[in-house]
Amino acid sequence: MGTVHTLQKPVEILTLGLAGEAFALEAGIVSEILDLVPITLVPNGPKYAPGLINVRGKVVPLIDLRVLLGMEQAANSINTRIIVIETLLDNEPTTIGLLADKVYEVTGIDLQAIENTPKVGMTWPAEYIRGIGRHNGGDFLIVLDINAIFSSAK
Amino acid sequence: MANAPDPIETFRTEARELFELLETTLLDIEANPTNKELIDSAFRALHTIKGSGAMFGFDAASGFTHHVENAFDMLRKGQLAVSHELIEIALAARDHIRTLIEEPDAASPSEGEAILAQLAAVIGAPPLSLVPQQTQAKAEEAKELHTFRIHFRLAREALSMGANPLLLLKELQELGTCTTVTVTDQVPPLEELDPCGCYLGWDCILTTDQPASAIDDVFMFVIDDMELKVDVVEPEPKRLGEILMDRHELNAKELDTALDQQPKLGSMLVDKGLISPDTVAVALAEQNHIKKEAEKTAKADSADIRVPAKRLDDLMDQVGELVIAQARLRQLANSGNDVHLKSLVEEIERLSAELRDTTMGIRMVPIGSLFSRFRRLVRDLSRELGKEIVLTTSGEETELDKTVIERLHDPLVHLIRNSLDHGVGTPDEREASGKPRQGNIHLSAIHSGAQVLISIKDDGRGIDPARVRAKAEENGLIQPGAELSDSELYQLILLPGFSTAAKITSVSGRGVGMDVVKRAIDSLRGTIDISSTLGKGSEMTLRLPLTLAIIDGMLIRVGEGRYVIPLSAVEECVALSAEDDLRATGRDFLNIRDEVVPFIRLKTLFKVDAPPEEFQRVVIVSAGDMRVGLVVDQIIGDYQTVIKSLSKIHSSVQTFSGATILGDGTVALILDVPRLIELGQDSETQKKAS
Repeated sequence: MGTVHTLQKPVEILTLGLAGEAFALEAGIVSEILDLVPITLVPNGPKYAPGLINVRGKVVPLIDLRVLLGMEQAANSINTRIIVIETLLDNEPTTIGLLADKVYEVTGIDLQAIENTPKVGMTWPAEYIRGIGRHNGGDFLIVLDINAIFSSAK
Repeated sequence: MANAPDPIETFRTEARELFELLETTLLDIEANPTNKELIDSAFRALHTIKGSGAMFGFDAASGFTHHVENAFDMLRKGQLAVSHELIEIALAARDHIRTLIEEPDAASPSEGEAILAQLAAVIGAPPLSLVPQQTQAKAEEAKELHTFRIHFRLAREALSMGANPLLLLKELQELGTCTTVTVTDQVPPLEELDPCGCYLGWDCILTTDQPASAIDDVFMFVIDDMELKVDVVEPEPKRLGEILMDRHELNAKELDTALDQQPKLGSMLVDKGLISPDTVAVALAEQNHIKKEAEKTAKADSADIRVPAKRLDDLMDQVGELVIAQARLRQLANSGNDVHLKSLVEEIERLSAELRDTTMGIRMVPIGSLFSRFRRLVRDLSRELGKEIVLTTSGEETELDKTVIERLHDPLVHLIRNSLDHGVGTPDEREASGKPRQGNIHLSAIHSGAQVLISIKDDGRGIDPARVRAKAEENGLIQPGAELSDSELYQLILLPGFSTAAKITSVSGRGVGMDVVKRAIDSLRGTIDISSTLGKGSEMTLRLPLTLAIIDGMLIRVGEGRYVIPLSAVEECVALSAEDDLRATGRDFLNIRDEVVPFIRLKTLFKVDAPPEEFQRVVIVSAGDMRVGLVVDQIIGDYQTVIKSLSKIHSSVQTFSGATILGDGTVALILDVPRLIELGQDSETQKKAS
């Protein structure tokens, strides 16, 4: 291993903000983006999954990525959005809501492998990160590996 | 076999799943030889194959499986170590069992013997043999059914003579399917009425397999001064007019005249003063009764549509969403003043309620199909054990959700086997204790509100509380000398690893069973009550919800959050007096009619950071005969709850069994009552101990 591989095709991503940092998800798994809806807290639930929301008649767990990434939590604001994604949890297709401080846009980037990125200054778990991309040749974007996040966060 | 392909095909389908499970489990064991859970799972699969196999007459397969099961029991107990050789044999054995079940004619006995010889060599036991068990397939003869029309009226002073018409009616009902209509035409005006007199008459339409003499037997003691008329009814649904003619209430000419003035024949006849409203009610009841009986027989013949269960589930889901959307619509309509909207909402409410009932009805199956599968089991097993036991059943027509029925099969097999093996003694033993030689196991089902009660009752030895206590102390389940009531002791039987049977038979008593039963019933959101009288017999009652999809819930509030408690678990609601509240800082008990009930403050449990409110309520919930109080801030009301399961992420949170969506679109969690009761009882025991 250790080889640098750049994916051939640009990847469609959704960019979002969490505690002031720019992150991205693969757009393919995103089914919709919602404004903040009433959240039902689950007493004694895991800290990263504080509550449940109603997404079109389905009861969906709401995940706070900031807890998983070891960031500070902040109060919800007018910019807060819920990103609804479809992912596999123990091989069961599951709908999950992700809390984001901000959602920017859907765009295409060239994704580079994580090995190619400097580890210095990375405060969050490396296994949650799928790669780092450069948005329009400018800012760095951290692309999260949703599957890895949910296979470890159980 | 060709004339009864259905149950056997069902068994084969189930067996196929078990074979698949067994194969993967065996392969998993090979990879992790020390994993006890896998060994248990393989053992259980073999146990079920053996048991169900015997039930459907696959005696060769059952006998063969017994030896393989024994080997796995030794593995479980650590008397034998997993080896590749053993797994190899077990896999071969699995294939052989499958052949025995799928194509019994193609199976070669010599192959079976060879596998058993290998198995014996590995476990170091004397050679095992296949003892072919002779069984004769005796088809249960369906007795011929007759329908009787019974009219009776007791003497005026019968009540003061000690006659009880209720008992008579009950006895009639026990004979078969009985529809009863009370005739009140001789009840005098109030001022003339003698409060001790018996003015009522009864018309019963009875469909039974008993002869007419059985009806006479019912009235044996009151026959002298009463009016009794018993006629045989033709088993075809008749028109109302024909019934009235049969009953000599009407002649053909009168009928023809009345028929000219269709459609409301009954009321027309009453209007014309030819017959009284009572008579019509009786005749209508008879018509319905016979129609129903005819439908019962017709059901077997009429063509059914087989629909994949998935489609029904989808339909149920969609109806569930509709119910939620409708609740939101109602809320919206009630907030405004639009009369047209409101009436439309009412209409939609009615339609969606009907749609829900119909959809649930599609999933409902009479439990009789399940009960009939046990006849063979009891017959064969009692012969094998040298006992004389008959299985009687009642309430076969009780309907419940198909998935519930499917998942009830295994637990019921375990319970019936337990009764057969441990409950009912051998004929000699029974005779010695002054009982008839023939034992009885009664399987019944009855609706009770939104629940179904299924009970397995035997007239055997009963459970010995002292033995249960000794065993529980030996296994470390309770402290020696712990104070427990008999019913609390009986509940210990349901714990894993508990078995009072001293010897192992092929039927039960390996310590699997009751905990598996408990788990299966828990997963159906049901409870198990055990009652027993030593020497007289015991009864296990399963309380099950009608359906797994929708429940009646009670909506409550704790702090800001709203939660749903399944209404079937709620016994009563009481106010938490300031006195109890203060006194209970260290000891959380309530005195409910001189019974001590522990309570849990949901606010503390849910870590709600708010001061207690002024008017707190305690909702007393029960599971089995355990009770616990839940302190809530407010009881909002009842709520039709469509249950949604929680995702894997929240499955570790044990106090909730699911979630639902409320009328305003927010999510509310459903409390897991059995789990909360465990919590409450735990804290009680801790406090007792300290």
